[in-house]
Amino acid sequence: MSFITQIFTLAVFAVFVNNFVLSKFLGLCPYIGVSKKIDSALGMGMAVIFVMTMASTFTWLIQQYLLIPYNLEYLQTIAFILTIASLVQLVEMVIQKTAPSLYKALGVFLPLITTNCAVLGVSILNIQEDYNFLGAILNGLFSGMGFTLVLVLMAGLRERLDKAEVPEAMKGMPIAFVIAGCMALAFLGFSGLNF
Amino acid sequence: MIYAIIILGALGLIYGLGLAFASKKFHVEVDPKIEAIIEVLPSANCGACGYPGCAGYAEAIVMNDEELNKCAPGGAAVVGEIAKIMDKEATAADRKVAVIKCQSGGANNTFFRYEYQGVTTCKAAVIVNNGPNLCAYGCVFQNDCIAACKFDAISLDENGMRIVDKEKCTGCGACVKACPRNLIELASEKKRVHILCSSHDKGADSRKACGNKTACIGCGICVKKCPKDAIELQNNLAVLNYDLCIMCGICADACPTGAIIDPLKEARALRKAEAKKKADAAIAAKAAAEKGSAPEGE
Repeated sequence: MSFITQIFTLAVFAVFVNNFVLSKFLGLCPYIGVSKKIDSALGMGMAVIFVMTMASTFTWLIQQYLLIPYNLEYLQTIAFILTIASLVQLVEMVIQKTAPSLYKALGVFLPLITTNCAVLGVSILNIQEDYNFLGAILNGLFSGMGFTLVLVLMAGLRERLDKAEVPEAMKGMPIAFVIAGCMALAFLGFSGLNF
Repeated sequence: MIYAIIILGALGLIYGLGLAFASKKFHVEVDPKIEAIIEVLPSANCGACGYPGCAGYAEAIVMNDEELNKCAPGGAAVVGEIAKIMDKEATAADRKVAVIKCQSGGANNTFFRYEYQGVTTCKAAVIVNNGPNLCAYGCVFQNDCIAACKFDAISLDENGMRIVDKEKCTGCGACVKACPRNLIELASEKKRVHILCSSHDKGADSRKACGNKTACIGCGICVKKCPKDAIELQNNLAVLNYDLCIMCGICADACPTGAIIDPLKEARALRKAEAKKKADAAIAAKAAAEKGSAPEGE
């Protein structure tokens, strides 16, 4: 397989087949919480893409050059969480400085990326799947994109739902959960893809 | 073991230093005025101002020059405080209060078709055979509005009728949403003339159904008498347009059933009498003066 095909396969699998939200069920908190408006969903998605890529890069380096040489693989979880937490803090500061409106829109969900299992998930999966350095970075990037894709799709749906006539008891969260289920079903269709 | 301690410690140290550096570099100044205004606001986070919570409104005041008088629960006192912080002129908002457009006479005076023993909410009561009371538009006395009011502004009088305390009412509109019969409307505090009936029944029916005998019978006299065309007849019910109403009280005088209330009637009559007395006195004085000065002139 040529290099380009490899990257393409990686992208399709990370975005569609092994989508973090809809097939691994990781990162559901922001998926429901920040998907009310397309703008903030897009912002959140960008933040997650950035954090996931950075986290993949750093955690892979830490795993390969710190933990494995000293036989400290059992410290994987705590070392990764430490890294991710610091990264998110950094991203939060940068966003607060450069894009205050985005900072406000993301609200409490930005710090929540810290404990977002999707970010830790991508870091650990990179190690488990034995990706090389580039593969790990790309997997982080594409997984973040997959997350952003479903988040924005969901936000678009929910924006329209606000204008739709939904029974009183189903308004808001209940109908959002139903839609999330429908989206997961739709994405299940990608699992048949084969290269 | 020792490596584990060293490596984790080193990681933590590096990240800590990095973040400390970043927090200096990306430091954001927060306007102290925002904090001060948040302190002053009632922190009910009711959303009446149209912003997400009191903090959002405080920020809008400082950042976007938002009006100072949007906080309904805070009232004039808070507006004054904010004005002090912002060094601006305070302009009192046109305060809105809830008006319950049904004077059924209270639970004790109302005619009931059956005894309702279900869930004690108005929403449930109106579903059962269109409500227990004879008037299909009237209050069903299960106190959804009282439960919805966060400020204890709605109370019961001795007859079981709901009374809005205009001082306590903040105009947040929670009761308007809570009432399943849409009896409550927000009107400016200054407006005193109200049509307190919501019955769209035909005249005879609504009169018969009303426990207080003050139903609007849709006769349309008020519509004809109103000098400003502020009243409109909609499906056997007179509806007042508060924007046009000048509170002359002519409709209240003309209403044959007393569905229109005008608490200013007596005050107005007094004022009129006083003005007339003054005018009479002035005329008398003028006449006297003319009498006194006339001979000299001639």
